[in-house]
Amino acid sequence: MALKSAKRKKHIQNPWGGFFFVLPSILAMAIFVYGMIGWTLKFSFSNRTSAWKKDNSFAGLARYTELLDDPEFTHAFSNLLKFTIVFMIGTMISGLIMSLLLEKGIKGEGFFRSTYLYPMAISFIAMGTSWRWLMDSAEGPKATGLNLIFDKLGLSFLENPWYTSIKGSMFAMALPAIWQMSGYVMALFLAGFRGIPDDLREAARVDGASEYKIYRHILFPQLSPTFLTVLIILGHISMKVFDLIYGIASKGYVTKVLAIYMWQVIFDFQNYAKGAAIAVIILVMIAVVVIPYLIYVNKTEEAK
Amino acid sequence: MSSDLASRASESKDISRNKKKLDGKGQFWLVFRYISLSILFVIAALPIYIMVINSVKGVTGVNQSAAFLPPTSLNFGAWGPTWKILREPMFRTLGFVLQSSIISAIIGSINGYVFAKWRFRGSTVIFTTFLFGMFIPYQAIMIPLTQFNKWAGIGGTIYVLVFAHVIYGIPICTLIFRNYYQAIPNELIEAARVDGAGMVRIFRTIILPLSIPGFVVVLIWQFTSAWNDFLFAIFLTGGSPKLSVATTALNFITGSGNQVYYGNNMTASLIVSIPTLLVYMFLGRYFLRGLLSGSLKG
Repeated sequence: MALKSAKRKKHIQNPWGGFFFVLPSILAMAIFVYGMIGWTLKFSFSNRTSAWKKDNSFAGLARYTELLDDPEFTHAFSNLLKFTIVFMIGTMISGLIMSLLLEKGIKGEGFFRSTYLYPMAISFIAMGTSWRWLMDSAEGPKATGLNLIFDKLGLSFLENPWYTSIKGSMFAMALPAIWQMSGYVMALFLAGFRGIPDDLREAARVDGASEYKIYRHILFPQLSPTFLTVLIILGHISMKVFDLIYGIASKGYVTKVLAIYMWQVIFDFQNYAKGAAIAVIILVMIAVVVIPYLIYVNKTEEAK
Repeated sequence: MSSDLASRASESKDISRNKKKLDGKGQFWLVFRYISLSILFVIAALPIYIMVINSVKGVTGVNQSAAFLPPTSLNFGAWGPTWKILREPMFRTLGFVLQSSIISAIIGSINGYVFAKWRFRGSTVIFTTFLFGMFIPYQAIMIPLTQFNKWAGIGGTIYVLVFAHVIYGIPICTLIFRNYYQAIPNELIEAARVDGAGMVRIFRTIILPLSIPGFVVVLIWQFTSAWNDFLFAIFLTGGSPKLSVATTALNFITGSGNQVYYGNNMTASLIVSIPTLLVYMFLGRYFLRGLLSGSLKG
């Protein structure tokens, strides 16, 4: 509605007054986002590999080629990929299920919705305490946390060392992440479902379409922008994941991802150039997904 | 646009229409939905439940195998000593978080007003370049930022955090306010212009009085994210105990080595979570609005 009127009068005249008021923010973004990214980039091309040897000379891609040969880096990278896949698929599915259960309206909806969403309001350093206990690796008679539940329910075959095993660590680590983000995805899908006019379903029902077909052929296609948004949000959060893992496993090797490794390289080894190179890699991975998305959003905005 | 999005997601659907007699199949699905919702409820609530019940079992009274069960008697023994450690960092956090959220909200409302109602040539492109700042990993600016803080003379003070949250909060605050102001009809502004009001006056007399919900959304958003932030806190304060804030102090308590004191750790985690949980409980609707505004499209 508001968009329609915006279409008629896109600019309300006197264009430069507005510019003057956002100028401070433009400068702030130019310096602290783009300028500092450039600065980090410059760092990553330098020889500043220790705190005390202030050698800022140009090193080209040396830090990046070093990273490729660094088993710790490739380990963190593959961990991040595993985490991302499990986290994105898991959150997508559980968020979608939550929204499907709620979208038609049900008594107590508000109550369920708020419970599913509260994890977003709590710091992961705090929630990490609970999750660390829930995912305690002890099994059998010493079992605690989730393993204890499995034990009591007679499902002891499900007991596992969670995030401490080399193979399954990232799958286990994705659980708290899914737990945290599902409610957000639910809210996005719920808003999507509720934006589809009810007449569409009614019409399909009158035509004798089954509920399954209504979702498959009518509702889901309408939700494709929501799917895209969810993918972008989950993807960029996953690439940056830091405090969720730090809160549970600290700097542990088996759950190391790029952000954790970068932190270690900077603080423990004081290798600024290498840390900057890792940061740039995280940034590039996010940018290749987010920039096309922003351009697409920008275009659809302007078309309005 | 996003405010529609939020109300769509946060208003319960009118189900009175569906109250036709349910046939057997309909009843089955209703029961099925409630059972599934309840299972999900248990999963969602489990971690906070664990935290709450184990915080009233004393410092060492947490019996690992009974940790799922509610306490037989209430023991607040862990609260006193934990609060003693957390009190100073908590108040420090509160102080800086309030400052940064208020400044962020003011900047956001000015920017949002311009981007929604006073577009200039190139404003959409500039706005899009702002938005990119929302997605960047802060690791990519952290090293220069610490150097800048030193250079600007705020290194080693709490203002490093105020500054970081204000600056890197600009994109999201601008976006939330822009979406919010876009829903205000242009006719309102046109009418004021005809009466001779300028940009600033329209902002003061028409837009600001309508902005209270927008401010609540942004304040809550910035409050929650700054309170829960760990990355900036640990990077920019360098772990200095003089500057410890809620999350870094908590990490100090629960970090490796202390993991056996579950009663203590759970209590500390709960204390740190209480402020944001309270905000969520009472103003959850606005929190959701902020979340959905950050999603650009829907």
